[in-house]
Amino acid sequence: MVRKPEYQRETPSQTAGPYVHIGLAPGAAGFEIFERELGQVIAGPLSEGERIRIEGRVLDGTGAPVKDVLIEVWQANAAGRYNHPEDTSEQEVESDFTGWSRVIPDFETGVFSFETVKPGPVPGPDGHRQAPHLSLWLVARGINLGLNTRMYFGDEDKANSADPVLGRIDSAARRQTLIAERKDTGSPPVYRFDIHLQGASETVFLDI
Amino acid sequence: MQTPGEFHARDHAWHPPALTPAYKTSITRSPSHPLLSLPQTLSEITGPTFGHSDLGPHDHDLILNYAHGGDPIGERIIVHGRVTDGNGHPVPNALVEIWQANAGGRYRHVMDTYLAAIDPNFGGCGRCLTGADGAYTFHTIKPGAYPWPNSATSWRPPHIHFSLFGTAFCQRLITQMYFEGDPLIALCPIVDTIPDPEGVARLVAPLDMPASKPFDSLAYRFDIVLRGRRSTVFENRLEGN
Repeated sequence: MVRKPEYQRETPSQTAGPYVHIGLAPGAAGFEIFERELGQVIAGPLSEGERIRIEGRVLDGTGAPVKDVLIEVWQANAAGRYNHPEDTSEQEVESDFTGWSRVIPDFETGVFSFETVKPGPVPGPDGHRQAPHLSLWLVARGINLGLNTRMYFGDEDKANSADPVLGRIDSAARRQTLIAERKDTGSPPVYRFDIHLQGASETVFLDI
Repeated sequence: MQTPGEFHARDHAWHPPALTPAYKTSITRSPSHPLLSLPQTLSEITGPTFGHSDLGPHDHDLILNYAHGGDPIGERIIVHGRVTDGNGHPVPNALVEIWQANAGGRYRHVMDTYLAAIDPNFGGCGRCLTGADGAYTFHTIKPGAYPWPNSATSWRPPHIHFSLFGTAFCQRLITQMYFEGDPLIALCPIVDTIPDPEGVARLVAPLDMPASKPFDSLAYRFDIVLRGRRSTVFENRLEGN
């Protein structure tokens, strides 16, 4: 009889449901309860780098906006450093840079937007740099296990073409689902990023 | 460069699949392409961290944290447990956030229109950080069951939503806790998205009589396991290995 090594299995996931905001963003649910609501600001005024705005929608398989989605964003700062003790690179993290926020769309239109600084490239496997990107995690009613994806920047062609994650996607059209188009029509510049849960333009989701 | 501290891969056969037709909303919100697997990098093994300065003193007490001159209606309960990783080690300083309906099954949310009454003294959300041993405790009201529009006979069993952070973005988890002995659990299409009955059992909190507070509150125990690290090279690390 072989004795298998013992690991405990992860607690199974359940959908966040339609009222996720009560727990994670009560202000959006319609009431004030905590002195500090978490995940409001990614990069405060002391954080360096180019100020940008991300705008988009999350769409279901029928093309309808997913108005009850909650997105979490995780990113490095402009120097490519994460606000985390396991990032041991030499760059500094500004005192008001969290790198994390919660994003909620307008309940009527499904359009979300948030402001941040454009991240720098970060270390990847085998000493390669990864192209600048945001890590995203989506939860909503009807999503049984939170969905992970990334947003890359449309004005980073050279870095994107060398990125190890984008390089794993065979289809050019599928790769494009992770790249946000830049629009310099206003200030700050806007990156447009729609996330398709299903259908012909389905976004690439990641098993991280 | 090798990425330090990688985490065990997620077992997708153990979690609910994306498409679970009996839970109708999943039909148009489930990706049909396979997930893209990738080696973990700093982007996945780092994540936001939290401290006590982020929280208020009553954030973990849902009986107190939205009281407006009175107590919420309902059965007073303690919900407690430990957050550990897949290697059996405690996860300290993990942010645990919960949300739930009130005793009548109504959520305090602009989008909830169920006819049960709002409780003026109950917000329905709480949060805390785990201690050095991974332990957490909430004081709350037992939530009520409520109907939902999946079908004319769909009722959610009383449940508490849990959101968990470890130290890494890849450990991020949301789940729901149910209560021992509830006959609605076996009828729920959302519970039934979990493929393995053992997985369902992990979400059903047993009554924990010794942890109950005499003449005050019953207790339920809900232990949570997050993904653990693959490597054993960081023996001096407090968490993870």
